[in-house]
Amino acid sequence: MQPIAWQLSLVLMTLVAFGFAFVAINSGRRQDDYAPLQKRAYRLRTRLFWGLVLVFGPAMIYTLTDLPYGAARARTGSGPLQVIDATGYQWRWELSQDHVTAGRPVEFRVTSADVNHGFGIYDANLHLVAQTQGMPGYTNTLRHTFEEPGTYRILCMEYCGVAHHNMMTEIRVDAR
Amino acid sequence: MATYAYEHRPDHGAKAGVLAYLATSAAVLLLMMVFGLLMRLEQAQWISIGADRFYQLMTLHGAGMVGIAAIAGASVMWHFLRQYVDLSSRIFIANLVLFLAGVVMILASVLLGRFHGAWTFLFPLPGKSMGMWSADAAALFMGGLLVIGVGFLLLHLDVARAIVARYGNFARALGWPQLFGHDDGKAPPPTVVASAMVTIVNVIGLVVGASILTMMLVNLYVPGFDIDPLLAKGMIYFFGHVFINATIYMAVIAVYEILPRYTQRPWKSNKVFLASWTASTLMVLFIFPHHLLMDFAFPKWMLIMGHIIGYLNTVPILVVTGYGALMIVYRSGIRWDMASKLLFLSLFGWAAGAMPAFIDGTITVNYVMHNTLWVPGHFHTYLLLGMVTMVFGFMYYLGKPDHETDDRPIDRIAFWLFTSSVLGFTLSFLYSGKESVARRYAAHLPEWVPYDRIASVFAVLVIASALLFVGRFFARIGLARHDYQRAPLARAATA
Repeated sequence: MQPIAWQLSLVLMTLVAFGFAFVAINSGRRQDDYAPLQKRAYRLRTRLFWGLVLVFGPAMIYTLTDLPYGAARARTGSGPLQVIDATGYQWRWELSQDHVTAGRPVEFRVTSADVNHGFGIYDANLHLVAQTQGMPGYTNTLRHTFEEPGTYRILCMEYCGVAHHNMMTEIRVDAR
Repeated sequence: MATYAYEHRPDHGAKAGVLAYLATSAAVLLLMMVFGLLMRLEQAQWISIGADRFYQLMTLHGAGMVGIAAIAGASVMWHFLRQYVDLSSRIFIANLVLFLAGVVMILASVLLGRFHGAWTFLFPLPGKSMGMWSADAAALFMGGLLVIGVGFLLLHLDVARAIVARYGNFARALGWPQLFGHDDGKAPPPTVVASAMVTIVNVIGLVVGASILTMMLVNLYVPGFDIDPLLAKGMIYFFGHVFINATIYMAVIAVYEILPRYTQRPWKSNKVFLASWTASTLMVLFIFPHHLLMDFAFPKWMLIMGHIIGYLNTVPILVVTGYGALMIVYRSGIRWDMASKLLFLSLFGWAAGAMPAFIDGTITVNYVMHNTLWVPGHFHTYLLLGMVTMVFGFMYYLGKPDHETDDRPIDRIAFWLFTSSVLGFTLSFLYSGKESVARRYAAHLPEWVPYDRIASVFAVLVIASALLFVGRFFARIGLARHDYQRAPLARAATA
């Protein structure tokens, strides 16, 4: 997901830059009669608007079909649900167990005993694969299926005080 | 449809109060930039200040930058709005006095009380420091924010009074008769429409912000006065999002007012313009759940609303304001100087920054990018290359010796240095976000350090160019008060 976000951002930012550069390059020679230019520009704007609607409208709706809030992500795995209760403390994680089996859905029940924390799961390449907030008084249920065995790190994703950056632990994912 | 023609308006110099606002903003901006650089240097492992000091600087950097963005934006709005409505200079100054009082309280809280609960003061962190700071230090910080908020509330109430006195009500100030009825070409000018929008959203935002601050202040000393952390988070992000967004909507008034003077083309409040500002008024109020997408316990319909409005909110920025600037500049014969270049650049910065921002507001993307450096990546793009650049353009405009004066070569170099280094700086953040580098970490994992080093180099260059912009403003501040034509006439059409 991250490379797509990065590449899409770069493409869109570059398109915006081209628009501004095109106008800056064509700004020197004045066309005194603004009305016809305005008329053409308004026509183009209408097309731009509908273009945006046609491209980003479906994208906006399509991305809503894969929300992390339901049980959908866990369905990618098979077998009985593995449950881990995770509680954040300033500045450590307490997990009910620290090893799971790959390919089987895991349900993390994340909460906090003190302040806001963020429960971020990092793979062996140090890429964030899933997260939810750990909040006092609430339990956020995060469902994730680890496809690859290995050691995953849990990092805190919400600023929680002076040792926030040290609030890490590990989960071992065994092969099935 | 009404037809619009450019009408020249005399160019007024700035009141002393406006210059005091800008001088305060410029000085604090440079200081906060240096704090930001120190944070990046610490992450780059080129200096060693320790986590305690790092998070103090982070708290000051956040509070300071949001504060001066608001002060600078308010100065732009007030300067131009007083052409149309009768504003109170006393209230304007009272806001600055309260702001400075709040700044002193915040500085004391952080530097003497060692408070470092971040500017977002998420409940219950200010009251649970694990012995790192006292309840009094937290109270001083939140009290400082409250004092600043009260000042801005006074300012916006005065703006509301003045707008209602001139236009009768906010519906007329937003141009609703022309938007929903016949466009007779008599809708209020863009400055009034933008000021009305900002006043509506900020009055609501500030009241919500003051409410949660007051609740948390009571909770600090009376823990039995319990607060729901999720409600607190929602209120804080509602206030925070509205307040920082409003700074851009105030600063963009400089673009609406100044670019037409350079192009001798009108920027009028037609139906599309009015529709976009009414839509933005609503969207700014309802978009805040996109800060809470990883709070699964939050009502899902609100999270989905945040996702959808994140997409919709981008449309007015691109299609109305960004595109509007392109329209009036295209084949206008504009004579580029520092002011016009910076104002044009600022709209690019705003529009470009909106791209990674709306992508981040997509729930499935947020799932793996929330609270990574992707977030400061996008907000530094539209705040530094957008909002702050609008203010730099305004400063150059006020200090321009006369309409025919050419820029000095060093200013031209600084413009390109600023443009390229801000892009390098923000892209370093965004790339770090792509690589999952967590946000608000005093110490980075070894794999992340190379990105921090690249970002640090760009940060030095950003500060160098900003130093020149600010230096030029202070050197010419005496000119800023006078009434004279500053914008050069556009080139005449050639046969």
